Amino acid sequence: MKLLLFSRRTAKEILRDPLNLAFGLGFPLVLLLLLSAIQANVPVSLFAIGTLTPGITVFGLAFLTLFAATLVAKDRESAFLQRLYATPLGAADFILGYLLPLVPLALGQGLVCYLTAVFLGLKVTISILPAVLCLLPVSFFFIGLGLLCGSVLGVKQTGGICGALLTNLTAWLSGVWFDLKLVGGAFEKIAHALPFVHAVEMERAVLSGNYAGISPHIYWVLGYGAAALALAVLLFLRQMKGQ
Amino acid sequence: MGDSIKKQTAEAIRTVGLTKRYKDLTAVDHLELVVKQGELFSLLGVNGAGKTTAIKMLSCLAEPSEGDAFLHGRSIRKEMAAVKELIGISPQETAVAPNLTVGENLELMCGIHGFSREKRKRKTAEATEQFGLGEILGKRAGKLSGGWQRRLSIAMALIGEPKILFLDEPTLGLDVLARSSLWEVIRALKGRITIILTTHYMEEAEALSHRIGIMKDGKLLTTGTAGELMEKAGKERFEEAFVALVTKADGTPGAFPEKGVVR
Repeated sequence: MKLLLFSRRTAKEILRDPLNLAFGLGFPLVLLLLLSAIQANVPVSLFAIGTLTPGITVFGLAFLTLFAATLVAKDRESAFLQRLYATPLGAADFILGYLLPLVPLALGQGLVCYLTAVFLGLKVTISILPAVLCLLPVSFFFIGLGLLCGSVLGVKQTGGICGALLTNLTAWLSGVWFDLKLVGGAFEKIAHALPFVHAVEMERAVLSGNYAGISPHIYWVLGYGAAALALAVLLFLRQMKGQ
Repeated sequence: MGDSIKKQTAEAIRTVGLTKRYKDLTAVDHLELVVKQGELFSLLGVNGAGKTTAIKMLSCLAEPSEGDAFLHGRSIRKEMAAVKELIGISPQETAVAPNLTVGENLELMCGIHGFSREKRKRKTAEATEQFGLGEILGKRAGKLSGGWQRRLSIAMALIGEPKILFLDEPTLGLDVLARSSLWEVIRALKGRITIILTTHYMEEAEALSHRIGIMKDGKLLTTGTAGELMEKAGKERFEEAFVALVTKADGTPGAFPEKGVVR
């Protein structure tokens, strides 16, 4: 009951901020529309809807990190968390109360992107459904990263690190906009050591119906997701104790 | 035996050598204090005196480095869950959920304290009336003025039916009218609940408190009613008494702090 109430509060705080809706939903959709328009006017296959959409859904999830981090940092700075720490709420209520409401947001965001892509020419197949579900482990990574950053950074810092830096990292190192092999070398190696490109490849494999193709990418995503969540819990508990 | 139980229940707070150290800094130094039930006790001191740290330890937000404190006989070190059921806190910052309405903020706090739906509605209606929040009940908390946010903050702290209310600098940064209005709110609570108030406004402590404790450099220098402290310092104005007591502690080592438990 307490967890449910706190989760509902998290959802309201995020959904009632128009900037969150603009960035979380509006920006990925604008990119999808814009890049599809470019594709329609160039003779080569730059942004084919079947490979672009999975990339955009993963890129959109990077904004969840910003939402989670900003909310936790704001709650810390305004002492709202301090007030709640002096109530019967437990550590699990806090962590799950921030995390759980963001999961349906992630799935909803992915679903809207895929539905928009259908209008832009994406072939309707049953694989869209598992592709949306495959965003679940990816969202754990991004939300975990948000909780982690919100536990240690201030509101202004979360804007810079989770907003500008992370969205750029997700964009450049995920292979959404260009094939990483085109750059190659250290850039490609670094990109493959991070989860972004694996998340996109996993999504692309599932959407194309190549379910066997999720391996080994899913292990990278799950590994980074588990690490981000574990570190987030650790740092959240540390700042909770440090109050 | 009977006397001992009576004495224990009459005490809202008893601290025993309560100490908080941060590396080289001792923020609170062996605090010995007893606050009676229903008392409004103010902790007064200049910045860095240790008031907020003392409150943080008493409200289980900071772990003591040494010593313990008992709230209605419950240890802040060993019985944190039980202590949290007894307290409400209004932190120095406004500490409200900005995108929730005033009503939703109040209901959230009720829910966190495990109240049923019916009780949540009843308590929200009571708090709304008590704090005059009716006109702004549907407004988002983040859009309110500082004075209204503080008023809401205290209402949120009280709605969980605490036995002890901690008010950390409740009027900090407010204009004269907002401060005066908040004083009325605090006065209305006086005697009905134990209140620990920290402030560095002399007139606030003098006007609101049953007793006042003066802290400096983590130590409790002295306690008493405003009249007793003025008498002790040989001054006619409370502000002068405060300055005299604090500087006396600097100038004549050994005169303060008092030894033993301060009642």
